[in-house]
Amino acid sequence: MSMLPATINFGHRAQALRPFGGRLSRLIGIRRMVVCAGLLVLALGFGLLTLASGDFPVPLGDVLRVLVGQAEPSVQMVVVEWRLPRVALALLLGAALGLSGAIFQSITRNPLGSPDIIGFEAGAYTGALLVMVAMGGGYLMVAGGALVGGLITAALVYGLAWRRGVQGFRLIIVGIGVSAMLTALNKFMLLRAQLEVAMSAAMWDAGSLNGLGLDRLLIAALLLLVLIPASLLLARPMAQLEMGDDAASALGISAERTRVLLMVLGVALIATVTATAGPIGFVALVAPQLARRLTRAAGVALLPSAAMGALLLVAADYLAQRAFAPTQLPVGVVTISLGGMYFAWLLVAEARRQ
Amino acid sequence: MSATIATSQQLARAAARQPGLVETNARRWFWLAVIALVLLATILASLMVGSRDLGIGTVLEALFAYDDSDEHVIVVALRLPRTILGLGVGLALGTAGALIQALTRNPLADPGLLGVNAGAYFAVVVGVGAFGLSGIGGYIWFAFAGAVVTTVLVYVVGSAGRAAATPVRLTLAGVAIGAVLSGISAGITLLDPGTFDRLRHWAAGSLVGQNHETILVTFPFIAAGLLLAFVVARPLNAVALGDDLARSVGVSVARTRLVVIVATTLLAGAATAAAGPIGFVGLMVPHLARWIAGTDQRWIFAYTAVLAPILLLAADIVGRLVLRPGELQVGIVTAFIGAPVLIALARRRRVSGL
Amino acid sequence: MDNSVPHSRLHADDVTIGYDRQVISSNLSVAIPDGSFTVIVGANACGKSTLLRALARLIKPSAGQIVLDGKAISDYPAREVARRLGLLPQSSIAPDGITVADLVARGRYPHQSFLQQWSDADEAAVIAAMEATHITALSHRRVDELSGGQRQRVWIAMVLAQETPLLLLDEPTTYLDITHQIELMELLRVLNQRDGKTVTAVLHDLNQACRYGTHLIAMRNGAVVAEGAPREIMTAELVEAVFGLACVIIEDPIAHTPLVIPRGAPTPVAGV
Repeated sequence: MSMLPATINFGHRAQALRPFGGRLSRLIGIRRMVVCAGLLVLALGFGLLTLASGDFPVPLGDVLRVLVGQAEPSVQMVVVEWRLPRVALALLLGAALGLSGAIFQSITRNPLGSPDIIGFEAGAYTGALLVMVAMGGGYLMVAGGALVGGLITAALVYGLAWRRGVQGFRLIIVGIGVSAMLTALNKFMLLRAQLEVAMSAAMWDAGSLNGLGLDRLLIAALLLLVLIPASLLLARPMAQLEMGDDAASALGISAERTRVLLMVLGVALIATVTATAGPIGFVALVAPQLARRLTRAAGVALLPSAAMGALLLVAADYLAQRAFAPTQLPVGVVTISLGGMYFAWLLVAEARRQ
Repeated sequence: MSATIATSQQLARAAARQPGLVETNARRWFWLAVIALVLLATILASLMVGSRDLGIGTVLEALFAYDDSDEHVIVVALRLPRTILGLGVGLALGTAGALIQALTRNPLADPGLLGVNAGAYFAVVVGVGAFGLSGIGGYIWFAFAGAVVTTVLVYVVGSAGRAAATPVRLTLAGVAIGAVLSGISAGITLLDPGTFDRLRHWAAGSLVGQNHETILVTFPFIAAGLLLAFVVARPLNAVALGDDLARSVGVSVARTRLVVIVATTLLAGAATAAAGPIGFVGLMVPHLARWIAGTDQRWIFAYTAVLAPILLLAADIVGRLVLRPGELQVGIVTAFIGAPVLIALARRRRVSGL
Repeated sequence: MDNSVPHSRLHADDVTIGYDRQVISSNLSVAIPDGSFTVIVGANACGKSTLLRALARLIKPSAGQIVLDGKAISDYPAREVARRLGLLPQSSIAPDGITVADLVARGRYPHQSFLQQWSDADEAAVIAAMEATHITALSHRRVDELSGGQRQRVWIAMVLAQETPLLLLDEPTTYLDITHQIELMELLRVLNQRDGKTVTAVLHDLNQACRYGTHLIAMRNGAVVAEGAPREIMTAELVEAVFGLACVIIEDPIAHTPLVIPRGAPTPVAGV
């Protein structure tokens, strides 16, 4: 019998960890871990920056003191009550967006896959518009309307696309059809409404973290505390699914059931974001792409996508607040504009490299 | 040289043998004629129906034996330009959609993919916001310029470096630049109510309020685009089979791509400039044409040319009826008519890739 | 006559299988003898891939059942089936940018859990699988950079890493050149004879089937026309019945197995 090689050359640095006498074992990709850590550090850095700036600039040292609980009450109030919820929300919602985008890109096996394809965004806007235009409802009702609208639309699209299982292509076409109808309906409602109502609806649609306080943070955090770990738990079956339904089934995965579960999680994640802050565009599309390129991962990388999403949103929110101060831009405007620019730059850079 | 031509003719004939609902060329001509008759009927209906319904006799008199009566004025001054515009815009959008789907080999491609809609919208936003443009006549040149410049930019980004402007790169570049422009547009309109108001009306897409000037200005571009489409139809058949195969029969892939992009820009740009952004026609009609007539690009263009104006004019007519004596903009109605058809199609049979 | 009926862990009992509303096979009963190298042959659309997919639990029979180790295959948890049955499907997608070693490692999934994601056994199985398919030198390369033959070996290594006693392969040689085809068939023979795996493959090439297979199943129109050792069942009449091909059968001078030599143009077989 020949001598087998002692270790495997994976083509990238990877370390097997087997603590507790081998009762736990994992293969860690080094580059992946480094990238995740780096992204998180950057995200936290932007968070600190946001905590320190604003109408009342707070020196960085004081910010850190507040976080440890050793600062003056007035500074404490500014940082903890006014700004911290917003920063925490940016981090959490950004992570949720990154995860949601990663999930949809994985199950549609398409780098342009995003929760929009299932019509969620259009439906959420419809729900919000109905509440704002027809009922004149307040913030909480709008969030509720958006949630209901989005979920009903997602269910409708899935149901219409279902014929003994959901074939990816049919899902995309039905999603586009339903989105188009709802978008037309939204345009109609926007036209009929009074100018101020229409503008505030459009403002909501741009997605904003303005004025979001502790209560929003708590609700979102509770939801995401369940959803984010659940998604990460499905990372491995999701990766297997990328090899095709047959190969995945052959390895012991129930393809259709896993796909449905992933879609539900993906929709729930985006629903949480939309209900809390309105639809924030582009992060779900761009974060997984950037994460993949940085980690040189095969297929979709969930944890790095979440970290990247958090970084993107917290950075975008900082810009939204400071770029045209004192005017506050909706963060969605920043994410779309900058996200697009980065994407275009990436395309050019990649082409040059070839 | 003649051998190459002969082979490309063979290829085209082979493509013509692809199954559609209608299987023989004789049958295809027959059904084309039938649908053309339907188009004629739709044109007549467009002249007859409105806030005041007129009989067919009155309409024919107005066209051929014009006297200055009220009814004749309605037909010639209001409905005729509107109908002609609907014809031209429908033709342009449908053909642009067929072109872009053939070019990108992506059945989800939409003429707006190359940034036409986002560019036109952005240019009009700038025009209204910065230059105080008002009145639809003023928008045309801005919209057209915006569409053209954006497409050029998308092409430049998509073909940067040594990489050829492959369909994937063009799509991604279109998404990226479209996002940037729509983000900035959103930023501007959300800051200025006047701009917002004007844009929300223009963005609904409408055939109303135009006059002969619009037609005179935009139709030459549409005609040029149609001519280019006619010229490029046969090479497109070869390209649809794959780049290598196309080259082997003497088709210049790069040149074909360029012609298609120019044609699409002319068509979609002129249509958007004339009527505002009208979605869905370009996406859906080529599918319908392909389903009926098979995958020969020339038949797809022919069928699209008659089907698309029917959809647009029908949407315009419905828009006049639904909210009588008011009107519903055509850009809103097209999705409501088109999407259910598209969804029904997707559910009924295996939607062919191309 | 040999009265010992070979034991078979995997068999189809009176199954009716098909796609959507189309029935491909009805009341089909077929057994895969343990330790055999079974090859399923037949013309296009005769139902051989459908049968294999049903055996692999990818299709559920509308009547009858597929039995694995004495129990209906649908009664097992999916992971348990994956520990006993390995399948190489006709088409699989290699995730963009994945390296060879990573892809082979994916085959260990049925043996892993949330806590145990990379045990010593996993590592050893992947190393052994790559050695057996001679791709160890390629382990760090990206799968999408490899040639067709190399890529197929990577997929086989992934199935081998699964360490299952039964292997099902759906047309594994279709896109390979002759060298790689023979290489693959020799590998399958080694797995069957040296490692005792029960191999079942759908093949197009009759001569390869006869040369390497120990048990043939010839199908036509969804039904089994003949089954048994190649030397026993491969006759000119069978080839005519299954493929509509007039031929002469001689003995392969090297392997001493039946060699099919076509006479001329085939006549179309009804229903195929």
